[in-house]
Amino acid sequence: MGLIRETDFGTPVRQGEATVSLVIDGQRVSVPAGTSVMAAAMHAGTKIPKLCATDSLEPFGSCRLCLVEIEGRRGTPASCTTPAEEGMVVRTHSDRLGKLRRGVMELYISDHPLDCLTCSANGDCELQDMAGAVGLREVRYGYEGANHFDGVKDESNPYFSYDPAKCIVCNRCVRACEEVQGTFALTITGRGFDSRVAPGLTDFLGSECVSCGACVQACPTATLIEKSVIEMGQPEKSVVTTCAYCGVGCSFKAELQGDRVVRMVPFKQGGANEGHSCVKGRFAWGYATHRDRITKPMIRGSIHEPWREVSWAEAIGHAASEFKRLQASYGRDAVGAISSSRCTNEEVFLVQKLVRGALGNNNIDTCARVCHAPTGYGLKTAFGTSAGTQDFKSVAKADVILVIGANPTDGHPVFASRMKRRLRQGAKLIVADPRRIDLVRSPHIEASHHLQLLPGSNVAFVNAMAHVVVTEGLVDEAFVRERCDLGDFEAWARFVALAENAPEETERFTGVPAAELRAAARLYASAGNGAIYYGLGVTEHSQGSTMVMGMANLAMATGNIGREGVGVNPLRGQNNVQGACDMGSFPHEFSGYRHVADDATREMFEATWGRALDGEPGLRIPNMLDEAIGGGFRGLYIQGEDIAQSDPNTQHVTAALRAMECVVVQDLFLNETAQYAHVFLPGASFLEKDGTFTNAERRINLVRKVMEPLAGMAEWEVTAALATALGFPMRYDHPSEIMDEIARVTPSFTGVSYAVLEARGSVQWPCNAAAPEGTPIMHVDRFVRGTGKFMITEFVPTEERTGPRFPLILTTGRILSQYNVGQQTRRTANTAWHDEDVLEIHPFDAESRGITSGELVALASRSGEVSLRAVVSERMQPGVVYTTFHHARTGANVITTDYSDWATNCPEYKVTAVQVRRTNALSRWQETHQQEAGQLRRIAPAAE
Amino acid sequence: MTEVARLAWMAGRIAAAFDALPEEQAAAAIAAHINQFWAPPMRRGLLAADAAALAPRVRRALALVRPPASP
Ligand code: SF4
Ligand code: SF4
Ligand code: SF4
Ligand code: FES
Repeated sequence: MGLIRETDFGTPVRQGEATVSLVIDGQRVSVPAGTSVMAAAMHAGTKIPKLCATDSLEPFGSCRLCLVEIEGRRGTPASCTTPAEEGMVVRTHSDRLGKLRRGVMELYISDHPLDCLTCSANGDCELQDMAGAVGLREVRYGYEGANHFDGVKDESNPYFSYDPAKCIVCNRCVRACEEVQGTFALTITGRGFDSRVAPGLTDFLGSECVSCGACVQACPTATLIEKSVIEMGQPEKSVVTTCAYCGVGCSFKAELQGDRVVRMVPFKQGGANEGHSCVKGRFAWGYATHRDRITKPMIRGSIHEPWREVSWAEAIGHAASEFKRLQASYGRDAVGAISSSRCTNEEVFLVQKLVRGALGNNNIDTCARVCHAPTGYGLKTAFGTSAGTQDFKSVAKADVILVIGANPTDGHPVFASRMKRRLRQGAKLIVADPRRIDLVRSPHIEASHHLQLLPGSNVAFVNAMAHVVVTEGLVDEAFVRERCDLGDFEAWARFVALAENAPEETERFTGVPAAELRAAARLYASAGNGAIYYGLGVTEHSQGSTMVMGMANLAMATGNIGREGVGVNPLRGQNNVQGACDMGSFPHEFSGYRHVADDATREMFEATWGRALDGEPGLRIPNMLDEAIGGGFRGLYIQGEDIAQSDPNTQHVTAALRAMECVVVQDLFLNETAQYAHVFLPGASFLEKDGTFTNAERRINLVRKVMEPLAGMAEWEVTAALATALGFPMRYDHPSEIMDEIARVTPSFTGVSYAVLEARGSVQWPCNAAAPEGTPIMHVDRFVRGTGKFMITEFVPTEERTGPRFPLILTTGRILSQYNVGQQTRRTANTAWHDEDVLEIHPFDAESRGITSGELVALASRSGEVSLRAVVSERMQPGVVYTTFHHARTGANVITTDYSDWATNCPEYKVTAVQVRRTNALSRWQETHQQEAGQLRRIAPAAE
Repeated sequence: MTEVARLAWMAGRIAAAFDALPEEQAAAAIAAHINQFWAPPMRRGLLAADAAALAPRVRRALALVRPPASP
């Protein structure tokens, strides 16, 4: 395959039923109303020369290269800013137009360095193309006049450079930053000849720029260009694949020289991102070939011995014999596995199949346990399916957007750009979050209400919202009558109407003024379309599942389900959280969310796999750890997860790992967990595999192999080999055959295959006989479970309480440039933005402790203590402190506790009682961790 | 074996989630939840726990918790 060059229509492609018909260069063409003459011409296959237009941006009309002649109109209008009209007759080429265009080009070229042959954009420069297209042969003004050739390059961004000498001031970058990304970091400074692009009064790195790359992509010249292109030259072929970071699931063209990635370019046809990306997906892929990658399988007898490199056969044989030994000595239930949301559907499907079929128990869990398990429980209970209700596009139809416990501009940046676009168009915003996240006030966006609730009070808050809806007559009665279980609704309505749920009562738990909460509830309930978006600030609480049901209640009561612009939408953390959950990674469910105790389903799997299967639920991750400390659980296969860093109460996790006799880690790097492992199976990065990821909108996207696995085996092959060694043969020639099996055994996937995905780009499940095209929006005419179920959601405060010893509440989260435990992003230049975890603390709390920004502070909870730097910040409210968990050396999870969601055991990361004080030393845990890290990671020199 | 205190705490939180229900319904809901989500070693541990360590509503629900087959 060569380089994919996507068609650029010059101006946005409009949708719509109504069409207009016109004649361009003698050819008749019909286009949706609102289409520009330029885009209409492109539909007819005519490329009108252009420089300032590109179809990701609204037309601007500054370069005057796209002039056309229109019968009956005077002059030569710009085709990019002129809408196509019924009956128009357009000429795109004539002597007059040719002359005008050459004149324009002459002006541009006279102020442009003529180093085309050595320019990094050579072969990918629109200025060069246009000079050719208009037939430029001479530059009458000469090259001697005033120019910008001495402009100083800005190399501050680690991934792209800005060379003002080559800028033609077409404004595309400025508009991309505004319209596509919504950051407004760039401006044109100066006027006339002096105009230049600038990221404010500083350089790119120091500016508001979030390094999304939209400006680089929009730039028609070499002015803004990827440093990797400068270094390596132009790519020669593209492979379309899916980002391996967050749950937005952006599609990219991996542009390559051979099997080396030159750059990642977001793919316009990607359903999730439509041509946009964030800094992680576009730029932070260098970890894939980082020198820390482990590419040889390794084993060791105990964690105190150095690792020994062995063959694949020996490593897999050793792991299998250890697991068999442990089951023979301690019982069938003494072993299990954890699968990863960073792996493909096919890979996680095989891990759970291995556990159920080869180990004969259901001790399989996935990292969704520690993030969105409550979403699964809550939405399944309310609506009948464990997934978000909308596609991302739906937000463009929302009138009021309610963001609860999510920070989309950091966690889900490309979706946030969509959301911000809608907000700039006038949709109203309500943010419920303890922190003043960026969305609360950003360029051209201001939340109508920021409900700064205290961590741990979500359910009191949602009940108060419901109280206002029910007692102020804001219920959508027709919707409730037609779509929901009335008995449940009435019981719920009586419950939320109780005085204890009134905002005036809940204020003492939430800290949110009653009047403001009432106003917010009215705004949401009386929006034409009210949409809820939420994140881990909802789920990672002792009442996470209750809160998910509380939001579902609120959406049903106000009729905000089952059409565009509404819904209850989880923003998923990792790229394949949705998929991992769908694939049967929970210990009580087969793929498609069917309980293991369901005889018919189990018998179907038994017949397909040829094995008797266990009908009892297995252990969840925290249960495995508890059982390990108790001595009943001895062996664990961990695929691509780093529980020693990501899971709460690190010391409890590592004690459990130390208590096990065989820990098998399959990963790219010797991560924190691998320090406690006995077998290391090298993993493969997303660039090294074929498979699929399912994003937060249930969209199944293909991941395509760009290079061979560095360790020689794909991850699915390793799992299949391990299962075979355990006496449960698995034979597939390609991941597509695994998907075929998934489709055979999973009702919501029966219409899914690689052939369908190749043909359609992506599909959103359910995709089956009832919905052959997939399902962008769920619960349209009826809920999956039949009627919508209202659940009573009593507020039960967490048992994690502040007191004199631990007077502050710590809540944790993440930031844009780093991803999860940071194993990947820490091995990229993204550390330029975030190279350590810091503690955000309100000025009031800082001052009373004598703390200033930049100082080392000790953060202590009942679980442990760590030291990190403080940043005094008014984004916090007094009494609440915040940190991230991206850096192993900080050990943020040494602080978090074993408290968890009542229904799913999802940890309560968001509420930990802590104390903060000044210090000048690392904590004891940090010191020991530093000493041990080297010890536990030793690799024996290879034998000659 | 998981510590009894931990199991008792987890069961207590489940009971609290169903606090709004009348006693009988609550017992059924608590037991159904435990039967659906708790692996055999955990149910075994809970069933063997000293009743005094358990919340009253959890005690009531125990009669409905499915005893796992012996390992
Ligand atoms: S990289 Fe993104 S945020 Fe930065 S200036 Fe360019 S468009 Fe704006
Ligand atoms: S930097 Fe590129 S996109 Fe921006 S004005 Fe200059 S040439 Fe146009
Ligand atoms: S938004 Fe998420 S999926 Fe998209 S590029 Fe960024 S990290 Fe990747
Ligand atoms: S492309 Fe139309 S004016 Fe520049």
